[in-house]
Amino acid sequence: MASVSTPARRAAAGSRRTGFRRAAATDRPRSGGAGWLFATPFLAFFTLFLIVPIGIGLWMSFTDASLTGHGDNTLVGLDNYTEAFGDSQVWQTLGNTVWFTVLTTVPLVLVALVMALLVYTGMPGQWLWRLAFFASHLLPVAVVYQIWSMLFQPDRGMLNGLLKIFGIDGIAWLTDEKYAMWSIALVTLWWTVGFNFLLYLAALQAIPDHLYEAAALDGAGAWRRLWSVTLPQLRRTTGLIAVLQVMASLKVFDQIYLLTKGGPNGATRPILEYIYDTGFTNYRLGYASAVSYVFFGLIIILSIAQLKIFSRRED
Amino acid sequence: MDTSFKTEVDASASGADWIPKAGFTLHAYRTIFGQGNLPVWAVNSVVIAVCVTAITVAISAMAAYAFSRTLFRGRRVLFAVTVASIMVPPQILIVPLFRQMLAMNLVDTYAAVILPQVVAPAMVFILKKFFDGIPRELEEAARIDGAGSFRVFWSVVLPLSRPILAAVAIFVFINTWNNFLWPFISTSDPQLMTLPVGLSTVKDSTGLRNAQESAASILGSIPLLIVFMLFQRQIVKSVATTGLGGQ
Repeated sequence: MASVSTPARRAAAGSRRTGFRRAAATDRPRSGGAGWLFATPFLAFFTLFLIVPIGIGLWMSFTDASLTGHGDNTLVGLDNYTEAFGDSQVWQTLGNTVWFTVLTTVPLVLVALVMALLVYTGMPGQWLWRLAFFASHLLPVAVVYQIWSMLFQPDRGMLNGLLKIFGIDGIAWLTDEKYAMWSIALVTLWWTVGFNFLLYLAALQAIPDHLYEAAALDGAGAWRRLWSVTLPQLRRTTGLIAVLQVMASLKVFDQIYLLTKGGPNGATRPILEYIYDTGFTNYRLGYASAVSYVFFGLIIILSIAQLKIFSRRED
Repeated sequence: MDTSFKTEVDASASGADWIPKAGFTLHAYRTIFGQGNLPVWAVNSVVIAVCVTAITVAISAMAAYAFSRTLFRGRRVLFAVTVASIMVPPQILIVPLFRQMLAMNLVDTYAAVILPQVVAPAMVFILKKFFDGIPRELEEAARIDGAGSFRVFWSVVLPLSRPILAAVAIFVFINTWNNFLWPFISTSDPQLMTLPVGLSTVKDSTGLRNAQESAASILGSIPLLIVFMLFQRQIVKSVATTGLGGQ
């Protein structure tokens, strides 16, 4: 059994290795002009509508700017930052954000992978998987909120009704501190899994047929091919999806803001909601900017660590 | 969803009954159709979503190709900055962006709604990773035949990347269609509003808007649902049947 898979694996490894060697050999002579030409349109918009606003925001974080437009030019130095580091709300909401990210990343990657494999291999019920993607991913957050606030109703909600059939007492999905974050994670899985699903589906299509044929010729069964050809070939995509998912989960705001407003008792309040509340409800734009740059700084450190890990693995 | 079929009194009653006491009613929908400017908002939504999608896919694919396949000074740093920028919290960009639009005299124009939305570093990242996986042999063959960089990009790389280009276009289109905050902030002229923004401005004379808000968000998502239901086969096919696997 062990020898069965080796040619396929060797083929996969071989193509990857020559790819790398070629990359090194052919890239060097082509430098300068063309690259810049291709990158310029994006970089122009990127600078104008992302880098410049980030700069303005950074400047605001050193002032006592407020939404009412007053106090804009008073520089307060690092006051906002010292306040942010000593603010227990910052750390609590940051903890919630990390907890949400942990809860959502693994299921969002695994469920998407399983859905994509089911669609790709043509399992029965394809239309259902496709619908699962199209129906939920298309919905604006306001509709997601309406559907789930009804499902989560403690007395008449469908989920507690379902539990009752199995003789389990209903839970207060969104109002019990123990369950609220899990409920939000469930909603998020349902709502956003389609994005990862579609990425996996595109990646599955890019696996060359000859790898499967080689494996089949060697007598590998369907499971063996999945294990020794498909999954290793999806490694790069899985890395990509995991990175994007962590980043997306850290930015959670909309669904929590609508479903629980950060409650009960601050148990689901993410850091972006804290930033939003200080900036737009309390009008303290300067301080809100400082908190977001603290958050941004932590994430940059995290991303660098993550990229380091993944690039090492690719080598 | 059910809420949108209730009267305002039922919708704001404390217990949420699925079946309203006063029976189902189309009142909320009638109010919206009566007061809103639905055809204009729908056209705006389509124009804006199509423009954003086309520009985003074009500039992101080009940049991703540059990052994946060419060498130029600063490439690594620029790519790292692009990836890091995925993490910028959008809430903090809103106010600076709005001030920028004021300074550029663009508030209440299509450009103000469209241009900031075409910056999609996450899409550049996704496309770059997929371009990295395309075997270089195919490009080399084209180069030997005398094709220049743009020719290789257009005739070799893009056709091979149709699945991921389709996926990216779908993501961008959906996000733009459902985007509320930026179009809401950058437009105040009802003639320029998108569906979600326009629908949110419709108020009932009673001031009670629970049922109407439901109706509004349902109405806003219906066109998208219909388009995707009709074309889901083609969309999945375009994602699923091209690419290297089908060669």
